[in-house]
Amino acid sequence: MGREILTQENYSRLNEIILQHKGKKGALMPILHEGQKIFGCLPLEVQKRISEELNVPMAEIYGVVTFYSQFTLEPKGEYTIGVCLGTACYVKGAQKIIDKIKREVNVEIGATSPDGKFSLEATRCIGACGLAPVLTVNEDVYGRLVEGDVPGIIAKY
Amino acid sequence: MELYRSHVLICGGTGCTSSGSKNIEEVFRAELSKYNLTNEVKLVRTGCFGLCEAGPIVIIYPEGAFYSHVKVKDVTRITEEHLLKGRIVTDLLFKESVVDSKVRSINEVDFYKKQQRVALRNCGVINPEDITEYIAFDGYRALGKVLTELQPEDVIEIVKKSGLRGRGGGGFPTGLKWEFTYRAQGDQKYVACNADEGDPGAFMDRSVLEGDPHAVIEAMAIAGYAVGADQGYIYVRAEYPIAVHRLQIAIDQAKEYGLLGKNIFGTEFSFDLEIRLGAGAFVCGEETALLNSIEGKRGMPRPRPPFPAVKGLWQKPTLLNNVETYANIPQIILKGPEWFAGIGTEKSKGTKVFALGGKINNTGLLEIPMGTTLREVIFEVGGGIPDGKAFKAVQTGGPSGGCITADYLDTPIDYDNLIALGSMMGSGGMIVMDEDNCMVDIARFFLDFTVDESCGKCTPCREGTKRMLEILEKITEGKGTPADIEKLESLANTIKSSSLCGLGQTAPNPVLSTLRYFRNEYDAHVHEKRCPAGVCQALLSYLIIPEACKKCGICANKCPVGCIDGVKGKEAYKIRQEQCIKCGACMEACPFKAIERK
Amino acid sequence: MKSLEELEKIREEALKKVDIRHDREGTRIVVGMATCGISAGARPVLMALVEEVKKRNLKEVVVSQTGCIGVCRLEPIVEVYRPGHEKVTYVEMTVDKAKRVLLEHIVNGNVIDEYTIGAVK
Repeated sequence: MGREILTQENYSRLNEIILQHKGKKGALMPILHEGQKIFGCLPLEVQKRISEELNVPMAEIYGVVTFYSQFTLEPKGEYTIGVCLGTACYVKGAQKIIDKIKREVNVEIGATSPDGKFSLEATRCIGACGLAPVLTVNEDVYGRLVEGDVPGIIAKY
Repeated sequence: MELYRSHVLICGGTGCTSSGSKNIEEVFRAELSKYNLTNEVKLVRTGCFGLCEAGPIVIIYPEGAFYSHVKVKDVTRITEEHLLKGRIVTDLLFKESVVDSKVRSINEVDFYKKQQRVALRNCGVINPEDITEYIAFDGYRALGKVLTELQPEDVIEIVKKSGLRGRGGGGFPTGLKWEFTYRAQGDQKYVACNADEGDPGAFMDRSVLEGDPHAVIEAMAIAGYAVGADQGYIYVRAEYPIAVHRLQIAIDQAKEYGLLGKNIFGTEFSFDLEIRLGAGAFVCGEETALLNSIEGKRGMPRPRPPFPAVKGLWQKPTLLNNVETYANIPQIILKGPEWFAGIGTEKSKGTKVFALGGKINNTGLLEIPMGTTLREVIFEVGGGIPDGKAFKAVQTGGPSGGCITADYLDTPIDYDNLIALGSMMGSGGMIVMDEDNCMVDIARFFLDFTVDESCGKCTPCREGTKRMLEILEKITEGKGTPADIEKLESLANTIKSSSLCGLGQTAPNPVLSTLRYFRNEYDAHVHEKRCPAGVCQALLSYLIIPEACKKCGICANKCPVGCIDGVKGKEAYKIRQEQCIKCGACMEACPFKAIERK
Repeated sequence: MKSLEELEKIREEALKKVDIRHDREGTRIVVGMATCGISAGARPVLMALVEEVKKRNLKEVVVSQTGCIGVCRLEPIVEVYRPGHEKVTYVEMTVDKAKRVLLEHIVNGNVIDEYTIGAVK
C-alpha cells in the first residue's frame, strides 16, 4: 500500500467538516462518515483530532468507531469485493461464490489480499434481491451470478 | 409549457440500476436526440416498479407498454419502432403482458392484478426527484388539509380510527403511539423515521424512499403537527446510497417550496428534517438503539420503559415510526380512515408491502391487502417456484421470524395469524425456499447473522446466541447428538424470555420454527448423519456410478487432491472417500452425469 | 408555500405534465406513424392533437400512435375510438384538420364526414 493518507491537506478538509457540524446535536456520526471518506479509514490519529476538536473523550469515539461495521481503522484494498449474504442471495448460492473468490484472489473474508489489490467482504443485504446472488466491486454491481463468472469479473480489475 | 406525446419511464430502483438501467437511460437520450425526438418524448427515471426479476424495466406511456430485461442493444429498436413509428416491439415486452399476440396493459399482468398499491402508489409512476410530479398526484394536500382545517387531536383520532399498525414489524397501533407522544410532557419533542431496514432480503422501505420520498416527508410533517414536534430525523442505513441521495433532493425541494421550514401554509407550524446515516449495525433497527445512534453513540438498546414516546432523543418525547407506516398517512388523511379500515382483516387494516425473494419466479416488491393468502402471494403474484421444483417453506420476518410450510399456505396474511404460526410479519421480507434448501442450514445462517449483529450489551443474547450457533454448526458438520437438540431448545427459550431488546428476544425464532416444522431434518443430520437437501458439505459424499462411468478419466484430472483412481479406458473410476474434500469439481466435470452426490 | 390555493395551482400545472401516465376509459385518438405516415406529415398532426388535448384539459382523451394502418396513399391517418361508437377513420390529415376534428368531433361529438375515409374513397 504505502499510500500516505495522513496529509496536511486531508487534515484541513477534516477541520472544515468538523466546523460545519460542530454544535449540532449528535454531530459525531456525520463527522466520522465524512472523515472516512477523506482518509479512507479512521486511524487513531484521526480519531484523536476529532476528539480534540469536538471535546469528546477519545474512548467514546473509539467505542463508536469500533461498534459500527462500516467504520474501519485500517485502509482497505484498492478494490473492495462485497458479496451479498442477504437471505435471498444465500438461498441462491452466495456461499459458493464467496468460496470461489477466496480461492481465486487468495483472500479471507474481512481481509485484504497480499498484493493490496482486493479486500473481500461479506456484506449485508444490498437490496438487489431480484438479481441474487449479487456481488459488488467498489461501485460496480454484478448479479445473477454462477461460480464460473467469478474469474472473469476478477480479471477486469 | 412542456408537452410530450410519449413518456418513457425507466426504473431507477436499486435492482434495476444494478442491472444497468442508468446506461439504458443514457442510450435512450442519445437515440432520442439522434431522431430529433427530444421535444416529443420525455425520459423519466422513476422508483422501483416492483417486478425486479424482470429488470431493467422500461414502461412507455400512453400505451402502457411494459418492456422487461431491456438491454442496451434493444434501445435502438424500441426508439425506432415504438417511439418513431408507433409499433410496439412485442418480442421485447414482458412475456406475460402478451396474450395471444395481444398486448395487455401492465395492470392486467398477474403480478400486479392482486395488488393494491397504497404505500407504493407513486413508485414507478412519478419522478422522485421532481416535487411537482408528487404534487400533481395529490402530494402535500394532506399536509395542507391538516394544517388549515384540523386540530392535532383530530389528526390523532383519524390515525387511530384507520386501524393502522406499525409496519416495521411489531404491529403496534400507530394512532396510540401518536397519542402517547402527544400527551407526554416536554418543552421539545421530536419525530423520527426508522429507515434502517436491516433484515436481509427486505427492501420495501428502500423502494419507498427511492420511489416516493416526499410521501415520507409529508407524513413526518403531519406527525410533527399532531404530536407537537418541530424537528424530525430520518435514520437511513448507509448501504442505501440511492435512497439517501433522493431523500436529500426531496428535502431540499420541500424546503425550497416552503413545505418544510417556517410557517408552513401560512400557519404557525414550523418543521424541519435532517437525514442521519447508519453505519452498518443491524441492532440500530431496534428503536432505542436507533435513538442512541442518532445521538452519536454506540447503537445499543436502552431498557424500556421509559418508552421513546416519553423519553426518546436526548431524553425528550419522540415519535418513531417506520417508513412504510408513514407512507400510508397522507392517503389516510385524504381518503379518510373509513376507506383505510375497509381494506384488510378485522385486526390488521390496510395493505402490506412485501419483498418477495429466493426461489420464486417473480422476485420483487408487491403490495397486497392484508388477508391475502400466502398461496395467492407465492403462486399467483409470485408466479410459483422456478425449474419445476417443489415448494418447501416461506420464511417471513427475517432473522426474527420463522418458516411456514406448505400445510399453512392458505392462511390469510395478517399480524396475528403469522405469530400464531411461530413466525411474524416483520418488516416484510418473504423468502421462498424449495426442496434444495436445508432447513438446519437456514437456521444456522440466521443465527450466524444474529451472533454477528448482537451488540453485546446483555448476556443472554451475547453468549446465548453464540452457544446456539456452535450447536448448529456441530449438527451441520455431522457431529451432533440427540442431547444437542434438547439443549438448543432450552437455550432458545431462555434467550427469548431474558434478552433486553427485540433482537435477542426474537433471535431464536428461526431455530424454534424450523424445529417445529422440520424436526425430521434435524433428526436426519443427528441420527443418520445425512443432509436430506444435500447442502451441508460435511455430510455429503460423491460417488461414481460404475455402470454409468465411461472410463474417460476427466474427473481424475479435475480432482484438486488427486483422490480419484482408475485406468483410462479400462477400469471404472472410484473416489477415495477419506481424502475427498467434497468440492464437487468432479461432478461438474463429468460429461456423462455418472457422479452422484448423496 | 403560503396557502392551499398556491398548492392547487402548482398541482394543476404539474398534472398536465404527468397526465399521460394513467390508464383511461375514454376516447382514444390514434395516429398512424409508420414510415409512410411520417413522410406524409403525421408527426406534426400528432403533436397538434397532443397539444390541443392538453390545452383543453381533456382528461379522458388519450392520444397515441400506431404503426401502418394500411392505406398508405391516404396518410396521414387518424383514428378515433370512443366507447360505444364505431371507429372513425380520418384520412389525409393536416394540422388544421386535426384541430377541427378535435373541436367538432371530440369535444362536441359531431363526426366530420368530409374528412373520413368513406368520403375520400
